Amino acid sequence: MTAQMLVQLPLLAVAGYLLGLALPVRVAASLAHWNHRGVTGLVLASLASAYWMLPRLLDASVTEPWVAALKFASVPLLVGLPLAQSWPRSGFVVRGVFLLELIATLFRLGWLYLVSPLRLCNNYLIDDQQRLGQILIAAGAMLFLWIACKLLWGRFDLTRYAGEWTDGRSAPSQPAFTDPPGRS
Amino acid sequence: MSALRTSSASVALVLAGGALLAGATDGFQAFTSEAARRVAVHERMVMAPPVALETEAGDRINLAELRGKWLLVDFVYTRCQTLCLALGSDFARLEDDLAGPIASGRVRLLSVSFDPSNDSPRELAAYLERFHRRGPGWLAARPTNAAGLIELKRRFGVTVVPDGFGGYIHNAGIHLVDPQGRIVEILDFGAPDAIVQSLRGFGVA
Repeated sequence: MTAQMLVQLPLLAVAGYLLGLALPVRVAASLAHWNHRGVTGLVLASLASAYWMLPRLLDASVTEPWVAALKFASVPLLVGLPLAQSWPRSGFVVRGVFLLELIATLFRLGWLYLVSPLRLCNNYLIDDQQRLGQILIAAGAMLFLWIACKLLWGRFDLTRYAGEWTDGRSAPSQPAFTDPPGRS
Repeated sequence: MSALRTSSASVALVLAGGALLAGATDGFQAFTSEAARRVAVHERMVMAPPVALETEAGDRINLAELRGKWLLVDFVYTRCQTLCLALGSDFARLEDDLAGPIASGRVRLLSVSFDPSNDSPRELAAYLERFHRRGPGWLAARPTNAAGLIELKRRFGVTVVPDGFGGYIHNAGIHLVDPQGRIVEILDFGAPDAIVQSLRGFGVA
């Protein structure tokens, strides 16, 4: 269970992320029309990852080969790839909302796995479930600390986010597939 | 305009994602596979498979031959020190509570071993002995071939994983099979009254 959620699923997402970085410029540009500040992509990645975090699907992907195949195809394409296409486009607020929700999810799931006296997956043992719970809570805490440190002491290139506050419409003169300004 | 396109695409995604999620959880009822198998027997017709079994008396029977009676089925292995003890004492209780319908041949209790290599008829008989079985209304049996075991586990939704200490961890429930061989309900162990109640609901007991 720990291996599936914390090794396999993230590696599949990373594979998709790399795929997303390697997307042809023309494809990326046409996707960008539908992905203002990366919102669509982050919504898609959140929904797809929520789906594959259901205990029932963790179970099914162990016992049913077709569910496993669906997982191997969809986690890279619907989680990793949209993240790669969206994260560089999203600004301070969108990233903040996404990260906050990610931290909350890590804590929620971690707590559930830690305190549940029942096995939530029939294919995994209870000690595996509890270990996963501990690691999820630790991961949530570390992510939170990292963001807190960054907010307190980090350096922000505010010019990069300036457009978010001043310009409701994204500037059409700036092709969306180039790196945002300020990223060197 | 990309903001408008983005919001409509996001709303469409949320709706589609919600529908998918509802589909994957039987309408937000079953988030775990244990809940799912209980919902499944209500919503679909799940038949108990015709699998060859060997009973604690050494008799070779087929699960299909037990049709015509209501069956309460549980899955155990005789070395089990945890869930199967709870299941066993439930069956011992049910043997008393359902003494009437069992005596009239309307109800049978069946404990199926998912560890057939270890659970010979002798072991199965000892298992029943441990729970002071009253009479032939409670059978213990093991599947006689590997394919039968796989089919049983698949149809009943039983998942067995090695616990790392030579034993097994498995999901436990009491499966109610009607006289036509359909699995009609999966109930929790530890609540024999609820099982009697449920049988009553079907007009038995």
